[in-house]
Amino acid sequence: MSADTVRFSEERLAEIAELVKRYPGPQSALMPVLYMAQEDFGYISMDAQKMIAEVLGLRLMQVREVVTFYTMFKEQPTGKYLLEVCTNAGCMLNGAYELADHMCGTLGIRMGETTPDGLFTIAEVECAGACGGAPVVQVNNIYHEKATPASMDALITQVRADGGVE
Amino acid sequence: MTISSDPKQVTQICFDRINIPNQNKLSVARENGAYEFLPTVLNDFDSAKIINEVKTSGIRGRGGAGFPTGLKWSFVPRNTGKPTYLLCNADEGEPGTFKDRDIMRFDPHLLIEGMIMAGFALDVRDAYIYIRGEFLHEANVLNEAIAEAYAANLLGENILGSGYSMNLTVHRGAGAYVCGEETALIESLEGKPGRPRFKPPFPAVEGFYRCPTVVNNVETLATVPAILKFGGEWHASIGIPNNTGCKIFSVSGHVNKPGNYEVPMGTSLKTLIEDYCGGLQHGSVPKVIIPGGSSTPWLTAEHYDTPLTYDDLMKAGSFLGSGAIIVMDETADLVALTRRLAHFYAHESCGQCTPCREGTGWLERVMKRVEGGKGCAGDVTVLKDASEHMAGRTICALAEGAAAPVLSLLKHFPEDVQTRLAESSK
Repeated sequence: MSADTVRFSEERLAEIAELVKRYPGPQSALMPVLYMAQEDFGYISMDAQKMIAEVLGLRLMQVREVVTFYTMFKEQPTGKYLLEVCTNAGCMLNGAYELADHMCGTLGIRMGETTPDGLFTIAEVECAGACGGAPVVQVNNIYHEKATPASMDALITQVRADGGVE
Repeated sequence: MTISSDPKQVTQICFDRINIPNQNKLSVARENGAYEFLPTVLNDFDSAKIINEVKTSGIRGRGGAGFPTGLKWSFVPRNTGKPTYLLCNADEGEPGTFKDRDIMRFDPHLLIEGMIMAGFALDVRDAYIYIRGEFLHEANVLNEAIAEAYAANLLGENILGSGYSMNLTVHRGAGAYVCGEETALIESLEGKPGRPRFKPPFPAVEGFYRCPTVVNNVETLATVPAILKFGGEWHASIGIPNNTGCKIFSVSGHVNKPGNYEVPMGTSLKTLIEDYCGGLQHGSVPKVIIPGGSSTPWLTAEHYDTPLTYDDLMKAGSFLGSGAIIVMDETADLVALTRRLAHFYAHESCGQCTPCREGTGWLERVMKRVEGGKGCAGDVTVLKDASEHMAGRTICALAEGAAAPVLSLLKHFPEDVQTRLAESSK
């Protein structure tokens, strides 16, 4: 994608104009706008960052330092299904590492990698704030609590059978 | 609301309506008492009365620091010519904490009502809920509830004809633990990396866009409607003095029924774990209890009977924190757990203070080699030195939190570390 093709739609630009009004300054709209870009383009490329800087009247550096500071903003494409396994204290005490190992085995990839067909990316994440349902796996930001090797295998099998259609 | 006006009968405040289905819908919430007392507050109360009731209630911030909420509100300077902002801290990132999520997804109108009341008391025109990015579902629930509240004139211009106007916006974080620190949260809400600011000036004087700002936790704000309805004295009679009210405890780890339990302050750790959480998965006495989230020092079996209050937990050598209790039974590998927490803090350090940026890295690297059987005799000294040189030498408390698990491990279970080191030297 080049800088010319990475453009928000007119609807998005109108939405952003409304959003900016909710804050004392336009820079506050940066994080919500980054989420919009991620939703529209799949990830936040350098060209998208330049375009966002322009839209909000910010310097590219102001956009870059936010994109790189927060882990939920992705500068690279991920698999269609992003599987995020929490391995922090509560989940670890309830078998999160064993679950993560099992999922990597089922997917045939290592932690942090994407399957060759582009369907799945698996990542280890920090506390998801749902420790009562440990272990927790987020699938495209939807929480799966008390996840088990069997429940995750079923999910992976289902996605594969559907060919990745949601 | 089914909360009793007799403080002795009260067992829950924030979770009073939590089990009612579809409570996130305004019509259902209203049937169950939401916004019932709001017109009285907007029409018959003034700022001084509200702040006074909250002061009298004795409520202390439920996010972790335990600072008296009424006092915090009273620090806000008036008539400065600048707007005052109200920010709800819904970042909920402290490992072990998951209580605010339940308030937001099951009873969002309780939080919204509390924010309107707080906003009215502090003369706030624009309020924000800063919610951690991972809570997408909860952000959506809140946004739907807020839209319904606007449509019913509970938010926006001239709320219920009272003359008071307030806007409320949900703002998602994006995966940075440090943004739970209030000045980092403010930086983040300004569209910057979440790096904590030096204090003073405190946010009450100079916060969001350098204007007076109050930052309160979800649970704190969700308690405000009950405090105003039943009175500060009523709240002060629940729990025990200086530790008043009820508190939600998020219990996780090796218990049979992990989850959120709201109980009056002063309930013992043992009662909570045995009567509410169905006891331990293995054995009868916990090996380690982290009482207030991963950043608080560990307690061991000798403190199993400690009443859950700010003061008693401090006396026991730890903190109540956010009320996140992580329980470990005899099967826990404490060296591995400490290594995992060391990784967390190294990952989440914002990097602006050298003792934290470097110290958290050292703790992780050394814990990793101790766990992996590659440690050496001097490692204990390195861990101690690094930990002791972090606390109190940084802008925020993240470094102190990072040192807590390591120092706890070395203090309570030196033999666990020595066993690993002995294996290493073989």
